Amino acid sequence: MYWMNRYIERAENYARFMDVNFNLSLESPPDAEEQWKPLVVITGDWPLYQSIHTNVSRNKVINFLGFDLKNPNSIYSCITQARENARSIRPEITKEVWEQINAIYFFVKNGCEKKRWKSKDPRGFFKKIKEDCQMLYGIFDSTITRSDGWHFAKLGQLIERADKTSRVIDVKYYILLTSHQQVGGPLDLMQWAALLKSVSAYDMYRKKYGKLTAQNISEFLILDKQFPRSILCCLIHAEKSLKEITGSTSGFSCEAEKQLGKLKSELEYIEINDVIEIGLHEYLDEFQRRLNAVSVSLYDSFFGIQAQVQIQQ
Amino acid sequence: MNTKNLFMPKVDFTDYKTTGFYDEMFSASNAVRPTYEQFKKRLEKLNQNKLKYLQHATDRAQLSLGMTFNVYSDNQGVERILHLDIIPRIISGADWDRLAKGLEQRIVALNLFINDIYGEQKALKDNIIPRELVLSSAGYLKECIGLRPPENVWSHISGTDLIRGDDGDFYVLEDNLRCPSGVSYMLENREILKRTFPEVFEKLHVRPVHDYTHHLRDMLESLTQESPASIAVLTPGTYNSAYFEHAYLAQQMGAELVEGRDLVVKNDLVYMNTTKGLQRVHIIYRRVDDEFMDPLIFNKDSLLGTPGIFEAYRKGNVVLVNAPGAGVADDKAIYAYIPRLIKYYLGEEVLLPNIQTYICGEKDDYAYVLENIDKLVIKQTDGSGGYGMLIGPKSTKKECEEFVAKIKNNPRNYIAQPMINLSRVPTLTDDTIEGRHVDLRPYCLYGKEIKIVPGALTRVALTRGSLVVNSSQGGGSKDTWVLD
Repeated sequence: MYWMNRYIERAENYARFMDVNFNLSLESPPDAEEQWKPLVVITGDWPLYQSIHTNVSRNKVINFLGFDLKNPNSIYSCITQARENARSIRPEITKEVWEQINAIYFFVKNGCEKKRWKSKDPRGFFKKIKEDCQMLYGIFDSTITRSDGWHFAKLGQLIERADKTSRVIDVKYYILLTSHQQVGGPLDLMQWAALLKSVSAYDMYRKKYGKLTAQNISEFLILDKQFPRSILCCLIHAEKSLKEITGSTSGFSCEAEKQLGKLKSELEYIEINDVIEIGLHEYLDEFQRRLNAVSVSLYDSFFGIQAQVQIQQ
Repeated sequence: MNTKNLFMPKVDFTDYKTTGFYDEMFSASNAVRPTYEQFKKRLEKLNQNKLKYLQHATDRAQLSLGMTFNVYSDNQGVERILHLDIIPRIISGADWDRLAKGLEQRIVALNLFINDIYGEQKALKDNIIPRELVLSSAGYLKECIGLRPPENVWSHISGTDLIRGDDGDFYVLEDNLRCPSGVSYMLENREILKRTFPEVFEKLHVRPVHDYTHHLRDMLESLTQESPASIAVLTPGTYNSAYFEHAYLAQQMGAELVEGRDLVVKNDLVYMNTTKGLQRVHIIYRRVDDEFMDPLIFNKDSLLGTPGIFEAYRKGNVVLVNAPGAGVADDKAIYAYIPRLIKYYLGEEVLLPNIQTYICGEKDDYAYVLENIDKLVIKQTDGSGGYGMLIGPKSTKKECEEFVAKIKNNPRNYIAQPMINLSRVPTLTDDTIEGRHVDLRPYCLYGKEIKIVPGALTRVALTRGSLVVNSSQGGGSKDTWVLD
């Protein structure tokens, strides 16, 4: 269940990025590389992309991130794996959840067969994926018992979400490095707005801060305790679910709990000025590394043992 | 592919009529204008079915965005969408740049005029404009005498109505200096059309408008020293025809949306009621008319206002945008004098000309208007929204006579203009594409500097032959594309 939801969350985030980036590209200077390369870079799969494609074009990026099974993180790959996970834990989930995952799978598969990445305007396709994933979360939350399984699923979803949000912020850093645009210019503003929209944070950000500034946006997306896609908020709830699973009330009972708790506390007791002093990119890079370590230890603490037990049996 | 589609005729402009009017897409010799070349090519690739499908999709998009409005005369709860026609109005970059210069000149002069009227009244002393005409204007508020709004700007947010005449030149039809509406349509229409025609949009390099709400917020913040500034949008409420826009703007710029009853004034400071008690408000973008703002000063029966707010404003404790009293300069009789006022205040010739205007309050004009009422358009000087007007050539004898009586009864209240042939843009009708008349409303922001985003609301008269583009009178809208 942990991996099922992680994959779904990943697919949903990719669909968001693509929808927003496509919209942004309509009003940006017509340079495909400048517009689409950052999208591949944030996913961390740029080296893989380079080994498959020799140049950057809109269609190639959409294909790579959306449909290419050679990319283990493409939407199609994620949904396929999520469906495989769902099959293997079929008794743990409800009929409604299973049907919804299946529906998403066939929708994406069909889109792949119809070569949707070539269509003039694939936004409708990605929007539908996003909505279907959100529908799945809703069904999941309203039909499944709050058992360990449910908490594992939440944990997977939240860790994935924290990771993706951190990557979205980092892309802005990447764009600033590689282009000659002016900080604070109209293009800069448009990109910050697009960044917020890609994680559905625009409306809530505007309500809290009003004006768009790099510092406030970073603060909102990293340190806000109440916005459901901010990194800290994800970690707070991930920790809650983990504690439900382990049953520990204070301190930690396993390596994963120790690392997650530490990471969360550090975010709770840091201010955005400190983050900027360290360097936004450096900070996020380190964060991603440590979040990765959390997921490795989660595997070791829970699934690794299970796997060993299975082998022994 | 559906076999039906194979036989469906493609969009085709051979029967499209341009005679008698300036057409935005075709020249008089029926050649497509350079601004529309790409777009026409795209349209001609579509068949009629696909075109209808695209139009249908925009209707649905508008409904799901909640871009609905109530018309005053309708029963409450009747929601309508302002019909968005999918064929955009396209303006060349050169035309736009000229137009923006003219707007800047005009808005600077108009604000100098308002500031003068509530200050030294130099223009009245120098006989540039008749004193009685100004002081009898419904928008003139004696309570504002001696006030100095921030930056000496009274109309921070304006939306001037322009038209393109037969000669292809732009003219100012009227100034809207109080609460011009429609900017949310400019922004949302763009979002929708970007989805309707993404490929053309990308190729044409349409200048973006999306940063309007950022500029709006920056402008509002620039009017106060307070930081962080607390901004509220004041709406008359959910039954107002422009409520969608009030909510939209508040949400887009991260301001609070309030009604008069949500605000309280204590010790001449303005607060809003929140679940955590009173919270100070520094700037109010108000979409409530002057006379309903404060029952202590203006309309005593107003339930929309906040008692004491005017006093707080007078003391400089809250910024009201636009400033009360700004309406004196968009009186339709004063409009006639604006070219003179531009010359007087700026020493410049007017860049964007007016339409010839007869002032019924003046003797010679009065006689001319009564004699030629069947050839003229008559407007109420404080009217807006297309209410209280008569289009002589399209009216019955009885309707004309009614207006003659009205004018005789209160000449000050009326002006007349010759019939202007508004330019036309191809527009989807039930079964074909026909020219429909349009106007143009760009939006100016004026704080420390002037900002005009390269876009506008193009209003279109949907009924064949009609010249009335107002949304309350069966008008629709188009997205306006300004090219590089």
